[in-house]
Amino acid sequence: MIKELLVILIASSLVNNVVLSQFLGLCPFLGVSKKTETATGMGVAVIFVITLASAVAGAIYQFILVPFDIAYLQTIVFILVIAALVQFVEMFLKKFIPALYQSLGVYLPLITTNCAVLGVALTNVQKNYGILTGVVNGFATAVGFTISIVILAGIREKMIYNDIPESFKGMPIVLVTAGLMAIAFCGFSGLL
Amino acid sequence: MNSAKERLVNGIVKENPTFVLMLGMCPTLAVTTSAINGLGMGLTTMVVLALSNVFISLLRNIIPDKVRIPAFIVIIASFVTMVELLLQGFIPFLYDALGIYIPLIVVNCIILGRAEAYAYKNPVIPSLFDGIGMGLGFSVALTCIGAVRELLGAGEIFGVHIMPESYVPVSIFIMAPGAFFVLAALTAIQNKVKIAGERKGKDMSKIQSGCNSDCMNCSDSGCTRRLYDEKAGEGDKK
Repeated sequence: MIKELLVILIASSLVNNVVLSQFLGLCPFLGVSKKTETATGMGVAVIFVITLASAVAGAIYQFILVPFDIAYLQTIVFILVIAALVQFVEMFLKKFIPALYQSLGVYLPLITTNCAVLGVALTNVQKNYGILTGVVNGFATAVGFTISIVILAGIREKMIYNDIPESFKGMPIVLVTAGLMAIAFCGFSGLL
Repeated sequence: MNSAKERLVNGIVKENPTFVLMLGMCPTLAVTTSAINGLGMGLTTMVVLALSNVFISLLRNIIPDKVRIPAFIVIIASFVTMVELLLQGFIPFLYDALGIYIPLIVVNCIILGRAEAYAYKNPVIPSLFDGIGMGLGFSVALTCIGAVRELLGAGEIFGVHIMPESYVPVSIFIMAPGAFFVLAALTAIQNKVKIAGERKGKDMSKIQSGCNSDCMNCSDSGCTRRLYDEKAGEGDKK
């Protein structure tokens, strides 16, 4: 059991990196990676939300959708649950843990329609993960997201001193960087 | 019918969701490993887009303004589920190839963006053609990107061998990194066109290089907005 979870942990965070090999959560990856600080903040918020969302979505799937034989409604249910969850988490943090809200609050609304959150919930169902395995998978996926966005932000901070061809300024050079990172992450595929 | 034709041209050329507006990048990168996958994804999205546009346009006077985003999401998710089941039943190879990216059409910015920007404000027929036009534009773009990647990565287009025998396929182009490189080249070309246009004094504000803002420019079209209007939410608390 432990070994299985460890394998999922490594597979989801490094080998099948959510951004660099599955292209989920690309928008915040490219949009919020100008500074390492904000990238870290976004990463922590994503870890928080995805772990929570995979637990809630997994529980709803196991205890509501499957017993009532309406598993085909998963897409609709998951997207609504995730949207409501993010809203709720935001309200909860604002009220009870203002310090955490100060640092994560701005990123939470951005996560509502982040395809990585829905993607993880659906992958968990597709791969027949139980709730615990699903939560571990969600956590690992989010850690993978954080690793890649922080690395990209670090590179982008150095990149502003470089002389970049005019047409490649802005997004194109960031995408090239992401491509090179994806090649580097391909190296992890030997891990398993 | 002039307006229908105008909507189609607008979607395919003037406001092409991929080449001009840079929306919906996740599926664009993920499923364009071959031309046929790109075409399949494009057409699937088109069906969902056209149907949800029609439905939202029909219901535009009934849906209260405050809860329009959740309402849109439910409508879109229902159509996505329907299309997913149909694909699973009738085109299984496409269903297997696209996998998890079919349900993820729900969070595609293009669809929510069009619902918010067009269908919610316009009558049914133009909304239908707006959806078809945008969907066709998306299909054309995905097919082109898929064809380029397939040609470089496998020497084929639509499974037909095109490159000479001596060509060694650069297989990285059908792997994940290749997607980033192709998109980088695409945005670079877009930048070039934009810069050239601006030098001539044309208005190029419509061409967006994506991602400079929070979520691939979705904030303008409603994707990143919260379920409830922020102002309305504050009003309720008072």
